[in-house]
Amino acid sequence: MDEARGPLREGCRALNLAGEELIADCSGALYWPAARLLAVADLHFEKGSSYAARGALLPPYDTRATLDRLAAVIARYAPETVVALGDSFHDPQAEARLGGDDFETLSRVAGAVNWVWIRGNHDPEPPARLGGLVRVRLSQGPLCFVHEAAGAGAAGEVSGHYHPKAAVRRRGRTVVRPAFIFDDRRLILPAFGAYTGGLDVLDPAIAALMRQPFSVFMTGRDRIYALTSDRLHLRDAG
Amino acid sequence: MAIAAVQSGPLLLPDAFERWFAAKGWQPHPHQRAMLEAAQDGSHALLVAPTGGGKTLAGFLPTLTELSRIDCHGLHTLYVSPLKALAQDIARNLERPIRDMALDIKTETRTGDTSAKQKLSQRVVPPHILLTTPESLSLLLSYPEAATIFASLKTVIIDELHAFAPTKRGQLLALALSRISAIAPAARRVGLSATIRDVDAYRRWLAPGGDGGRVRLVTGTAGAEPEIRILIPEARIPWAGHLGRHALSEIYRRIAAHRTTLVFVNTRASAELVFQELWHLNEDGLEIALHHGSLDREHRQRVEAAMAAGTLRAVVCTSSLDLGIDWGDVDLVIQLGAPKGASRLLQRIGRANHRFDTPSKALLVPANRFEFLECQAALEAVRAHDLDADEIGPGTLDVLAQHLMGLACAAPFDPGDVFAEVTQAAPYHTLSRADFDRTLGFVENGGYALKAYARYRRIKRGADGRYFAVSSKVERQHRLNAGTIVAAPTLAVQYRGGRKLGEVEEYFALSLVPGDVFPFSGRLLRFKGLRETTLIVSAARQAQSVRVPVYAGGKLPLSTNLADRVRGLIADPRQWGIFPKDVHEWLHLQRAVSTLPAPGRLLVETFPRGSGPARRQFLVAYSFEGRNAHQSLGLLITRRMERLGLKPLGFVGSDYVLAVWSMERVEDPVPLFASDLLDEELREWMAESALMKRSFRNVATISGLLERKYPGVEKTGRQMTVSSDLIYDVLRRYDPEHLLMDAAWAEAGGRLTDLDRLAGFLNRVEGRIDHKPLRKISPFAVPVMLEIGKEAVYGEALDSILLEEEAIIRDATETGHG
Repeated sequence: MDEARGPLREGCRALNLAGEELIADCSGALYWPAARLLAVADLHFEKGSSYAARGALLPPYDTRATLDRLAAVIARYAPETVVALGDSFHDPQAEARLGGDDFETLSRVAGAVNWVWIRGNHDPEPPARLGGLVRVRLSQGPLCFVHEAAGAGAAGEVSGHYHPKAAVRRRGRTVVRPAFIFDDRRLILPAFGAYTGGLDVLDPAIAALMRQPFSVFMTGRDRIYALTSDRLHLRDAG
Repeated sequence: MAIAAVQSGPLLLPDAFERWFAAKGWQPHPHQRAMLEAAQDGSHALLVAPTGGGKTLAGFLPTLTELSRIDCHGLHTLYVSPLKALAQDIARNLERPIRDMALDIKTETRTGDTSAKQKLSQRVVPPHILLTTPESLSLLLSYPEAATIFASLKTVIIDELHAFAPTKRGQLLALALSRISAIAPAARRVGLSATIRDVDAYRRWLAPGGDGGRVRLVTGTAGAEPEIRILIPEARIPWAGHLGRHALSEIYRRIAAHRTTLVFVNTRASAELVFQELWHLNEDGLEIALHHGSLDREHRQRVEAAMAAGTLRAVVCTSSLDLGIDWGDVDLVIQLGAPKGASRLLQRIGRANHRFDTPSKALLVPANRFEFLECQAALEAVRAHDLDADEIGPGTLDVLAQHLMGLACAAPFDPGDVFAEVTQAAPYHTLSRADFDRTLGFVENGGYALKAYARYRRIKRGADGRYFAVSSKVERQHRLNAGTIVAAPTLAVQYRGGRKLGEVEEYFALSLVPGDVFPFSGRLLRFKGLRETTLIVSAARQAQSVRVPVYAGGKLPLSTNLADRVRGLIADPRQWGIFPKDVHEWLHLQRAVSTLPAPGRLLVETFPRGSGPARRQFLVAYSFEGRNAHQSLGLLITRRMERLGLKPLGFVGSDYVLAVWSMERVEDPVPLFASDLLDEELREWMAESALMKRSFRNVATISGLLERKYPGVEKTGRQMTVSSDLIYDVLRRYDPEHLLMDAAWAEAGGRLTDLDRLAGFLNRVEGRIDHKPLRKISPFAVPVMLEIGKEAVYGEALDSILLEEEAIIRDATETGHG
């Protein structure tokens, strides 16, 4: 615990939600030191092979890439609990398509901690053989973990689903990066999966959920950039 | 020898044709007769002739005469043009002799504009002469009927061969020609080309099996020498800039004094600006139009039609009009800005007076002082008939993948047969069986090292060992995505509820905020908002500030030929006498204040600018290697400076020089230009560069891995595509030896970065660097220094944008609370 309260590691940034100090990591994961809980959103395992089944033979390494990044961030924070905020599997058949190595890695990673699968719209029934708890929502202390933010939302809501991305324009260049967004009540995580695209944080579908202006933590190569929504401009999805 | 004797041989023209020529008051040109002779001998032929020499007729005469003599069923001649519009124009031109002589010849075009109904009927009953583009030809070859359609073929004519051969379109075409030869082995190949430097390279390209000796060379008589002059209004040439604003009123006067003028500029953005400025000057209301590749097709067709009808006084245009339709009425060509290369200039000049015996008239308008030297160099090169060399590289595997998929759509194929067929195409002559098999594996199931996709296939091998497409869905996907031109992603530009004006690059579109005003399609437009993939705009009146669209592909580098000549001009003060006063004085001043770049050596100047915390150390290298090579060099050098603790801050590369600025002074530039620069830093930055990602997107699209996006077409359902950057990142890490990574490296290492040119340069200047430390900026450094700040930041510097943005917000917030 002391360690977590010490100076922040490189590549992350603290934020406050419902009185709790949380750490946004530039990988897109969220860490809650007081609860030793790590949350990741929208892993979309086997998205590549779902495209392949439809004739677009994307490289079959997306699950492995996502798992490698996941294992790395777990190793960095050593959490007791990991919450996957839904859409962990791209479709109901994704588990069956997992390669042998990937299945083993995932079992090992998920078996080493208290693992919680939040149900998502892509994976209403997360695979049972991987173990872990399956929940629609997980409430812990003042925080509540769900897949999709909705309505007015309770204070302390942490979710995924929208794959928020933010665009910054300067000197004629535009930088687009996955982003954490939050106001004083809710926090939405960027998608963690290797092949996940994104939706602009100013898109009405997202902006309508937030109090204006809201905070935007853009994920950089090796650090988080703290911006606000009123400094951004609209960008198309995709 | 293969060179045709131009003589009055046996009478080759049927009477009807002789009479037709006579009725027009024409005489067949010697090269037209030589082409008939080649046809009679059954020989492949390459006709090299300047514009206006009756080149197209020379190509078609053998076909027309033969079809007038014999009763032919089915397709006789296939004509391939780089432009849809050109194919249509040629079809119209052919109608005249066919009608005049009442020949029973059916001629049709087949391009992207041809209706589905007509395309279908062409597959059932082909015309005698089919005029098409490489893309449409490849698609036609992907249908099962291809084998019957082409069985009767006697001749393939490839027009504007010089425009094809060095490109990926040329590779696709070469593969299509191999396929056609396999179906119709006796079919002759005929190439028509503008004047080119290395004729034999083009003969090899055209020949089956790459055996250039089998292609008879026919050379057209040279036309009248063009009259080229450099225009310098009031003897002033600005220090910097590319737009040539200072010359526009003089250009306007020249337009008013001529019947029809083509004003060529180098980028679409300049075309928009020059067009607007000319209209401000246009007190007489002259018909001046705008033409470039991003404008809506209808707009372009209207301009082309008005041009053909002779109702326009001028068209401001880009390379979109470099090729194509004959407009006899153009009596002046103006090249505004640097010509970049002698061949390209000659091509553009040839757009004036498409008549053989009268000289074309051209004006070169340099926008700055270096450009004056470049114009002078280009003018001398054209006079000396010293053209630029084209690099015809080996065939790439992404194009091969597309071709193989097309073959599988047409009919099951045996890999051994197809390997033999493919290597008959000159660009693939040296293709190894291993690379062929690898490409086949890629087409089959992605060819990944991880064999995860064994059950997902696009093509399958049957019990007979032959490959076939697994489903009609796969075939449809192939046909929707075929072609080798991958444009930068674009968004449509449209009035609210109104008509479409054209397309701008996504990259520019995303930098707009509602209310921004930008020039497009000859208008000022106000950006209202985005709707799916469409930019909704309204008409704007004059705005405070105007954003200028950026187009990634717009800039060609200075050719090595012209670069050598520019160096020569600078190094030889005896030639300066004829230069305008501005340039003359500038050169003398440079010699007095610093020194002149000496032949065979590299001049590097270093000097400080600014004071206090704003003080920066500048380094300017006079390398004259063209924009692309300078971009690459800038990236490499700043990396090395970083390692040497010199704290580099940025760089700008023009066609002539590279400028780098840093916190620390460069005491010794020699290590910065050492040739090991390429070994050490290159691979590292290339792999992460935006350039490599762009190349990857190109090869992934051409090879059929990624689907094309069509701007303005709404996405249906959840048809979201995975971004090619994400795919690249994953593939780079987990399968770096994959076929597409190799193909992307091949593309990024070529044209876009000019690495060969850079390597040659570094070797040449090793031990030949003249370092000139100065206390202040030199006259030669001024143009590039004025460009600093106008250039956008590059590649890896993108993260620094976020830092800056964050710092600005922090400053603002702190002041607010302070």
